[in-house]
Amino acid sequence: MTVPEVHRAVDAVWRLESARIIAGLARLVNDVGLAEELAQDAVVAALRQWPESGVPPNPGAWLMATARHQAIDRIRRSERLQRKLELLGHEARQQQQSAIFGGQPDLDAVVEGEGVADDLLRLMFISCHPVLSTEARVALTLKLLGGLPAGMIARAFLSTEPAIAQRIVRAKRTLASKQIPFEVPPEPERAARLASVLEVIYLIFNEGYTATAGDDWIRPELCYEALRLGRMLAELSPAEPEVHGLAALMEIQASRMRARLGPAGEPIPLLEQNRGAWDQLLIRRGFAALLRAERLGRPPGPYMVQAAIAACHARAQCAEETDWERIVALYELLSALTPTPVVELNRAVAVAMAFGPARGLELVEPLTARPELRDYHLLPSVRGDLLARLGRHEEARTEFARAASLARNARERAALLGRAAACPPGAGTPDG
Amino acid sequence: MRFLMTTTKADPPDDKLVVEMDRLVEEMTRKGVLLAAGGLDPAGTHVTSSGGKITVTDGPFTESKETILSFALVEVRSKEEAIELAKRFWQIVGNGEGAIRQVYGPE
Repeated sequence: MTVPEVHRAVDAVWRLESARIIAGLARLVNDVGLAEELAQDAVVAALRQWPESGVPPNPGAWLMATARHQAIDRIRRSERLQRKLELLGHEARQQQQSAIFGGQPDLDAVVEGEGVADDLLRLMFISCHPVLSTEARVALTLKLLGGLPAGMIARAFLSTEPAIAQRIVRAKRTLASKQIPFEVPPEPERAARLASVLEVIYLIFNEGYTATAGDDWIRPELCYEALRLGRMLAELSPAEPEVHGLAALMEIQASRMRARLGPAGEPIPLLEQNRGAWDQLLIRRGFAALLRAERLGRPPGPYMVQAAIAACHARAQCAEETDWERIVALYELLSALTPTPVVELNRAVAVAMAFGPARGLELVEPLTARPELRDYHLLPSVRGDLLARLGRHEEARTEFARAASLARNARERAALLGRAAACPPGAGTPDG
Repeated sequence: MRFLMTTTKADPPDDKLVVEMDRLVEEMTRKGVLLAAGGLDPAGTHVTSSGGKITVTDGPFTESKETILSFALVEVRSKEEAIELAKRFWQIVGNGEGAIRQVYGPE
């Protein structure tokens, strides 16, 4: 096997298996930073050995066993970690077929062992720990659970590789210095900690779905990364309705990915999209996830409600068939759960669709005083749209122009300027 | 990226294979990479369309070399990842033949 072939194979194995390897090691050494280092060392060993020996039949298990050997070596060498060795000896006695202490290593048991799911869940919780900044949580999650190299994360977030690498190093140091335990948090804090995990995953999704800055409006690879994390979490934590709610929301939103961009890369609004280009497989997966969430029989949380809204759109064969009254009801529910101005704005849009632009505009007006929305381009964009539908084109043009000046994404800006230009001049002034 | 993996020839499954395959399917679903999978009735119906004439012929067919027996639709980040998954699949199945084809997507 040639060296570049081995490199590509190792890359692929790494991205598929690194999360579970790091998770398993982290439980062993109780330090995610060290766990990742050990896993990386195993990759270096693979790059050295595999060109000679060929890629082993189960490369993930090979990496895990190698990293575990290195972990044991390191622990043995370190006086400081003497106590951990005792713990390990204890664990080894329990797992008679352990790859390290057993005579004939059962490599599958190391990787496929019962605890893998729990270890992955612990890794998710610690990567999204509230002691870290949001940016650090995102970077660490993509690195440790997505297996993405720092350079790729940097490109996705329009940052530089050293900056992201630095952020990850600091995050791992913070976790170590604050002695954050590698655990699934106990009940009192579990809900809040889970909310942080969900938030990080959805943040990654949204950064891909509607990139806040840069030239491309969507970055599909980030969406797929988040989707993958969401699906993974749904399998790891099946009793949590919001986990399925988030998975459902992302599946359904991702189903529109192909329809959201025009031939020149311009964004196409939901109601104008070619629904034939929506991915029915993802829609069905979304419905299934939403059903799983509902079957748990608990009061719906914000992700479930948002997924239910997305499902309303997915169910409509054409834009005219959209059940806007149901969407309004869902937005009312959502705004009771998360009363943010952005939710209010979306509720106004739904109300306008269900009961006419004048009713929508009534709800939008008070939002213009909200400081949180002062620089939010979608507020003037929605206002412009409602004004245009009321025939108040002069005002609409001003709003679209203002929205364009606030939009940070080039594609979105161009689309808004296009709408401003499309307003007929001299017509529909407030008094005329 | 999505890839459709298909098998056109495979050893008949035994109990051990079924158990191991279930485990692989579960693991791949948990990882969020396996979107859909299934086995196909080898009999099937053959359809040809030529000059506006559509001919439908029920199987089974003697020349079954190209007949797809099972499929898995996976979402991965590279062709290499798809190949790694295929390797794990074939380690369980044993002897056989199949293909890995990229599905055109939004990327």
